[in-house]
Amino acid sequence: MQTFDIIIIGGGVTGAAIARELSRYKLKIALLEKEAELAFGVSKSNSGIIHPGTQNPTNSLKGKLCVAGNKLTKQIAKELGVDFKEVGELIVIFKEEEMPELLEIKKNAEALGVGGLRIVDRLWLREHEPNLNPEVYAALYAPTAGIISPYRWVYDLAENAVRNGVEVFLEHKVIDIRQSGSLRLNTSISLGASAAASRFEVLCSQGNREVNSQVSLGAKYIINAAGLYADEISKMVGINDFTIKPRKGEEFILDKKREYLSNHIIFPLPSPISKGILVIKTSDGNPMIGPTAQEIEDKEDLSTSDEGLKKVLEGAKRMIPSIDENDIISYFAGLRPTAGKDFIIRHEDKVPGFINVAGIQSPGLTSAPAIALLVTDLLRKNGLKLRKKWFFQKYRQRTIHLFDIPFNKTKELMKEDSSYGEIVCRCEMVSAKEVRDAIKRGARTLDGIKFRTRAQAGRCHGGFCTTRIMKIMAEELNIPLTEITKRGKGSEIVKENRDTRNA
Amino acid sequence: MIKKITCIECPVGCQLEVETDGSYVIKVTGNKCEKGPVYAKQEIENPMRILTSVVLAEGLDLKTVPVRTSKPIPKAKLVEAMAAVKKIKLTAPVKVGDTIAANFLGLGVDLVSTRNAE
Amino acid sequence: MITRDLVIVGGGPAGMAAAVAAQEAGVKDILLLERDQHLGGILNQCIHTGFGLHHFKKDLTGPEYADQFIKKIAEINQGLGTKGLGIIEISLKSFVVNLTKDKVLTYLKPGKFEEIKAKALIMATGCRERTREMTHIAGTRPAGIYPAGLAQKMINIEGLLPGKEIVIIGSGDIGLIMARRFTLEGAKVKAVIEIQEKTRGLARNVVQCLEDFSLPLYFRHRIAKIYGKDRVEKVLIENTVNGETFELTCDTVLISVGLIPENELIEMACVEIDRKTNSPVSKEVNKCSVKGIFVCGNSYKVYDLVDNVTRDSVKAGQMAAAYLKGLK
Repeated sequence: MQTFDIIIIGGGVTGAAIARELSRYKLKIALLEKEAELAFGVSKSNSGIIHPGTQNPTNSLKGKLCVAGNKLTKQIAKELGVDFKEVGELIVIFKEEEMPELLEIKKNAEALGVGGLRIVDRLWLREHEPNLNPEVYAALYAPTAGIISPYRWVYDLAENAVRNGVEVFLEHKVIDIRQSGSLRLNTSISLGASAAASRFEVLCSQGNREVNSQVSLGAKYIINAAGLYADEISKMVGINDFTIKPRKGEEFILDKKREYLSNHIIFPLPSPISKGILVIKTSDGNPMIGPTAQEIEDKEDLSTSDEGLKKVLEGAKRMIPSIDENDIISYFAGLRPTAGKDFIIRHEDKVPGFINVAGIQSPGLTSAPAIALLVTDLLRKNGLKLRKKWFFQKYRQRTIHLFDIPFNKTKELMKEDSSYGEIVCRCEMVSAKEVRDAIKRGARTLDGIKFRTRAQAGRCHGGFCTTRIMKIMAEELNIPLTEITKRGKGSEIVKENRDTRNA
Repeated sequence: MIKKITCIECPVGCQLEVETDGSYVIKVTGNKCEKGPVYAKQEIENPMRILTSVVLAEGLDLKTVPVRTSKPIPKAKLVEAMAAVKKIKLTAPVKVGDTIAANFLGLGVDLVSTRNAE
Repeated sequence: MITRDLVIVGGGPAGMAAAVAAQEAGVKDILLLERDQHLGGILNQCIHTGFGLHHFKKDLTGPEYADQFIKKIAEINQGLGTKGLGIIEISLKSFVVNLTKDKVLTYLKPGKFEEIKAKALIMATGCRERTREMTHIAGTRPAGIYPAGLAQKMINIEGLLPGKEIVIIGSGDIGLIMARRFTLEGAKVKAVIEIQEKTRGLARNVVQCLEDFSLPLYFRHRIAKIYGKDRVEKVLIENTVNGETFELTCDTVLISVGLIPENELIEMACVEIDRKTNSPVSKEVNKCSVKGIFVCGNSYKVYDLVDNVTRDSVKAGQMAAAYLKGLK
């Protein structure tokens, strides 16, 4: 049985950030993800907002970790070559009577350490946010809000963690965790000293959605960052004092041509359960409107609805009236893994070595690097020796995207590799080389390629590039075309290949 | 009985009214040109269709080569024809119009390539 | 920077007809840029008949129609052309990534990065399909939802069968053609769903694609929801007249609800575009708001028949030739 010092369960932004942080130390670390690729759970539906820290309860983990995470994200994004744009946010009000609430938000945020906050008036708004509803009375301007690509962030964090020694196990779904008291010694495996010291045996089924084969991994410490299923993982070790309740958010993406309909992320006043329907700027340029906030039961329900669309359009148009339903080019839903009012980040004293990192909903993305530091601290306080590596590869070379670089740079790149000139995705200008590189960096599915390169994310949604990408994947991964999936087993793109010799 | 059919000889698509005894055509009305009654007779008595599909190719610059029957074949033979087409694999270059299978299915028509492949 | 007399972007039926017409009208220097490995454009995957009934008075398949022009261009380039003295330089795998108001084009091909100026420019970039994402269809996002043209490419060009139980949304020609194609390939087409009271496609296609195989066509119905976690499992169909719904199990949903002219390049060149149709704002066929840039084929407006594309693209070639003469 393979044994590790630490097993992180969950390959979303939380797990990836923790993995990257812990990879500074001389530790054997495994990151387990049940889906076909990292970020395929909660993180892929993230809005990509790096919050300044407003709208968090005072004295909450959310508040403290968000403010710290905002600064850390900016810094680490630079180290890893990930685009981070500090666009700022505006929380708008429509009536003078709403000012006290706005000022309260400002006060609470300042108490948490959020800087640069100020109230701006109609004149300022007309100049800096010309498409904003002229009926907006005033707004709270938070300059430190930023935007980042949530899945590129996860992939680049994980890539750096792997570079520094972390092992990633995809399609590994944790089905049971046994503690050393009940560990049954398997005499056919030579255990050695480190295995004997494993407090936990983590039993995984491999191969997603089918119980093909099982594998056991040993660990001294477990970090449960399993998103929607954190409660079920926690139950496996007998800690069941929280439940993850999914709260659905439907989001609608607008055409990139409307990139400049807003200059900041626009928020309304918050509701008791959500920050409201926003007009979001995304790292890729497309504006996004949403999300809704709907409590549901099914942790797998990612459907969008006509009612959701109606709500989102209403909410968004209230702030930017020129938004039109015809601007919408795509839509999706995500589920927030809520566990009450605050994050649950604690070492479980009843189960030494087990750390819960649960309920990581907004501002989870922002907080992730700060959560990683907190978890490191919890590990240290609970017996883990943290010895820094001599050579920690802090930097990561920025991924090349042709759509991102000036033409003279493209020209140079083509001299190095002619396949930069083979355009595969016409809408986003993605070359065959970038697709191959994405596969080399871990993409195994069409969605994985989309999230890493933007191929298939443009106007034609893969109408032009899908077959080209499939052929490149079949070549690079040495798999038949019939095994290529959208996002893992069960989502195969085609049923049959006429040429059965290649099937 | 009166059967209503759409003539498909050209994009106009005249709505024909065909008086028939079930097997043979008695009278045709609704046609805008002389092709109509000819089509109606054929369609009622022995409907014919041109089959178009693709055949696999190996070692050529195309993975598939589109093909057609040189003339229409009986509609009732389409399924059998498709099964035969699926068995064909081209290994030598073809030009537009080249015969891939002469007297296809013994129906007196050829299966012909509609694209160049080298 | 090299300047070419005439650059044509797109080697489908529109670009090819324009190229031949321009050459025959005396243009000596023509460069035709095509992003695929072959000329022919969308016709290469339209393996069915119905093309050329007007223009060639023959019932041809798409590839055969394209071949008429590919042959003509080859003849011209071998010096066997009967009119004009110029040749038509073809550059394949060439992808235009930028276009300026001054007709400077930047294009990429494997191993090459080119920037050229065109005295006259004909844009023949065709169109893209409306996808599921452009109109809200409630439900999930599983694999198995394809625009009809993509499914056509998978079957006809790649020899792949995208699905076995199909529901087709939209009774336009592409949807009808694919209903037949899937059926001939052994798949089961459960229904064609049309929101209007009558089909948008040609009557002959309704006969040869649906009636021939007894495939159900539902008028005034819409798709209300898509189900399926990883792959399509079923759809909910709604009768828009009385609101009644029923489910159809399937593994594939084909979307055939319209085409959009592909004009992002001329938008870069500040050509005025009609926001609703994505066509160039135009007072005369093939012309747009920038002098010396002509647009023909499906990127000018969505055509029903390729014969009409040829008719108008020939005009575009002649207009470009006249424009060039006027520049001298």
